[in-house]
Formats: sequence, C-alpha cells, structure tokens
Amino acid sequence: MEMSFEESLAELENIVEKLENGQLSLDESLLLFDTGIKLVKECDTKLRNAQQQVEKLIEENNCLKSEPLELLDENSHEK
Amino acid sequence: MVFEEKGIYTVHEFTLAIKGILTGSRLSDVWIRGEISNFTNHSSGHRYFTLKDKGSQLQCVMFKWHGNNLRFELEHGMKVVVLGDIDVYEQRGQYQLRVRAIRPDGIGELYKAYEQLKNKLAMEGLFSPEHKKPLPEFPKRIGVATSPTGAVLHDILTVLKRRYPVNILFMPTVVQGEYAAESIVHSISALNNTDVDLIIMGRGGGSIEDLWAFNEELVARAIFNSKIPVISAVGHETDYTIADFVADVRAPTPSAAAEIAVPDRQELCNRISRLGDRLTETQRRNINDKTSYLAQLKAAIEPGLLLDMVSHHTQYMDDLARRQNLSMQRLLEVKKSLFAAHAGKLDAVSPLGTLSRGYSITLKLPDKALVRSIDDVEERDELQIIVNDGRIKCHVDYKEVCKWK
Repeated sequence: MEMSFEESLAELENIVEKLENGQLSLDESLLLFDTGIKLVKECDTKLRNAQQQVEKLIEENNCLKSEPLELLDENSHEK
Repeated sequence: MVFEEKGIYTVHEFTLAIKGILTGSRLSDVWIRGEISNFTNHSSGHRYFTLKDKGSQLQCVMFKWHGNNLRFELEHGMKVVVLGDIDVYEQRGQYQLRVRAIRPDGIGELYKAYEQLKNKLAMEGLFSPEHKKPLPEFPKRIGVATSPTGAVLHDILTVLKRRYPVNILFMPTVVQGEYAAESIVHSISALNNTDVDLIIMGRGGGSIEDLWAFNEELVARAIFNSKIPVISAVGHETDYTIADFVADVRAPTPSAAAEIAVPDRQELCNRISRLGDRLTETQRRNINDKTSYLAQLKAAIEPGLLLDMVSHHTQYMDDLARRQNLSMQRLLEVKKSLFAAHAGKLDAVSPLGTLSRGYSITLKLPDKALVRSIDDVEERDELQIIVNDGRIKCHVDYKEVCKWK
C-alpha cells in the first residue's frame, strides 16, 4: 500500500534519526539509507505534483454531494 | 364592532371592542426603540418589562417561547429595539406590546450583549485550551464555510494554491443578516458529515452588527461541538468574535487562516532536501567510520608481523626436528649395543650348535610341541624331526620305554 505524504515524511525523519544515532550494522544502515533516499524522492515528487482541487458542497434531498466549483476570474473579485 | 347610541356595554365588551380596534390596526409587527426598566424574569419563563423613553412608557411582555431565542439577558437601563404586536390585557384593561424579538440598540448595547455571552461561555469552559483540537499537519481536504460572493473564498484559495495545493470543499454560507447564524451552524454540521479534516469558517471585515452572527450562542456551540477542527477567520485583525474564542484556532484574516491551515510547500521542500542532506552526510560519515575501523584492523594484521610470527614458528619447528633426530640416533645406538650383547649370549645357548653336533629335535604335529618323553607320543602320531640341515616328517610305528641312564 502506498504511504501518504505525511507517513512518508515521518518515516524519512525516523530513518535519518536512526542513522544519526549509529548503532547499526553496515547492512542495516545501507538498507535504511536506500529506503531514505527513495522516500526523499517520493516526498519531493508528491509535493511538486500536488494540485489544488476545489469542489462545492451541495445538498440534494437531504443528501450531501459535491461538484467541481468553477472559479471566477480573479478580476471579478476586485470590485 | 359598531358603537350603538342606545346600547350599554359591559366593561368586558368595551375592552374587547378596544382590543378589536387596536389589534386590527397597523400597530402590529412594529419595531420600537426604548430603554428597559422594571424588568422581571418570571418563574413561568415569561419576561415582563417597561419600555420607556423621555416622554412615554410602554408595558411589554415577552412570552417564554419567544424569549428562548434571546441571545442576551435583559438588564435595567439597557437600550433596545423590540419587535412586537400590540395587544390588550383584558383583565387590567391595559394595552401592552407582545414582544417577539429584542435586539440591543447601538454599539454599546451590542458590546454589552457580547460581553454577557462571552462570560457565560467562558464559565462553561467553551474557550478552554483543553477543548482545542489540534490541526492536522498536512490536511487532505479543507472545508471552507463562507459567502460565495465575498473576497474571502478567493483570498483563501489563492493562499492555499500558493502555499500547498490541497483539496477544498466549499460550503456556501450566509455570513450576515437574519439567517446568518443558522446558515453557519448548518454549514458546520454539514461539513462534519464529509471527509474534510479541517474547517475554515470566515467572513471579511465589517461593523460589529455585520459580524454579529459570529457572536451568536448557537454558532459558538456548533463550533464547540464540531468533531473537525475549526479555524475562525472573522473580520479584520482587531475584531474578536465569540466564534474566535471557541474556534480551535483563531486567524486574524481569511488569508492568515489559509496560511495557518497548511504548511508552506517551499519550506517543506527545503525540509525534505535538508533531510536528504542529513541522510547522505550521515551515511557518508558512517561508511568513513567503518572504513577507518577496517583500516585499523588491517594494520593490526600487517603482513610483516605475520611473517615474523611464521618464521619464528619455523625456527622453533626446525629446532624441535633437530632435537628429535638427535635423541632418536642416541636411542638407536643404545638399542644396537644392547642387541649385540644379547645376541652373543643367545649364540652360546642356541640349539643350532647342538644340531650340528648330530643331535635332532622332535616336534609333535600338528601343534609342534617339543617331544621330551615317550609319554608325549602315541603310535601313528605325526612327528617332525629337525636336524642340522632340514626337516623330516614321519609317523610313530612303535614305541618302547627304555631307561638310558
């Protein structure tokens, strides 16, 4: 299962701390390092690819629904 | 009812006639401004008071079912605007105003009402830090409850887009006027039924009257009861509404609310790259440490040292071998001379000498037992006779005892 961004970030911080504390065998540290580098890339990609998505909540027959909200042009607000 | 010249009314009939005229008039559903005096909050739940100004007084009653919506408690001397209908209290022949709603009149009174509610809710613990819910560090979906027309939504979306693009669920909400409080309460509860993990509730700046919905008790309670953390962003920096005190976090402006709601993407990127740096730096140091430790170990088993150790052992081995040879030689020599001595002795007693002199040795077969006596053999036994230069195999034909000596 894919980790969420915050899970990835927390895991990355955890790995860096473990490595900084030492006390690991070379094999363990290499394995952690490898995972850490992957997480750095993963977090970075997720962050850069994040897109804003705006929906509007509507109520129909006592049911909640949402639909994409069409954003007005920036100028229309500056009155 | 028509007045008839000759007819005589009872008091009650007359009172009813007056009541008919008054209640049929346009004196219903009117707003009246005045100051409260003689206020009694009856145990029945109905409120009685006199509304007065410099020139006149007006008896007022506010029945319990109307008073339930009152957002502040009446006080003597309070300036108010009341909404009501004219009525006649028949038993006392008194006209009075049946009050349906009361609003504080003027900013001073609004502040008084505000202070009243603030103190009440503070006493109840609605503002206590232990009730504040922590905000998610990385919200996935943010519910925004605000007006669809104001700049607030736009401001929030702009900041969110710049800082950290996140999914937004917008709940159009009335934030000013008669229906604002109910609309805000409704929005909060509707958003509580969605998957948003944070709610921003806001409106732009305005007068205390404009912001009043956010000072309503039911709005405060809706925020307090929200299971999802709420950031309030009502008015400008200096405006503090009751909603701000109840909210989990109060933002000075809608833009600030958006900034509080999400982390900054650039900062996060920096944080991740710092983590990456720490990761490689640590690992580099880690490997350096191990390499130098390895070098240390290697130095400890340096080849020269090993060779030294080997040659030392070789020498010792050589020494041992030499000593072993020497002692073996000595041992052999001793054994050799011992052997020569024994061989001489043996020669002297050897039967071989006897054989050469013409004697023989008789052995009984098959076990080659030495025959010493006539009793050692029976007739037909097989014998072997050893002479000086060979062996003779023969049978016993006959035996006879003789005494040679």
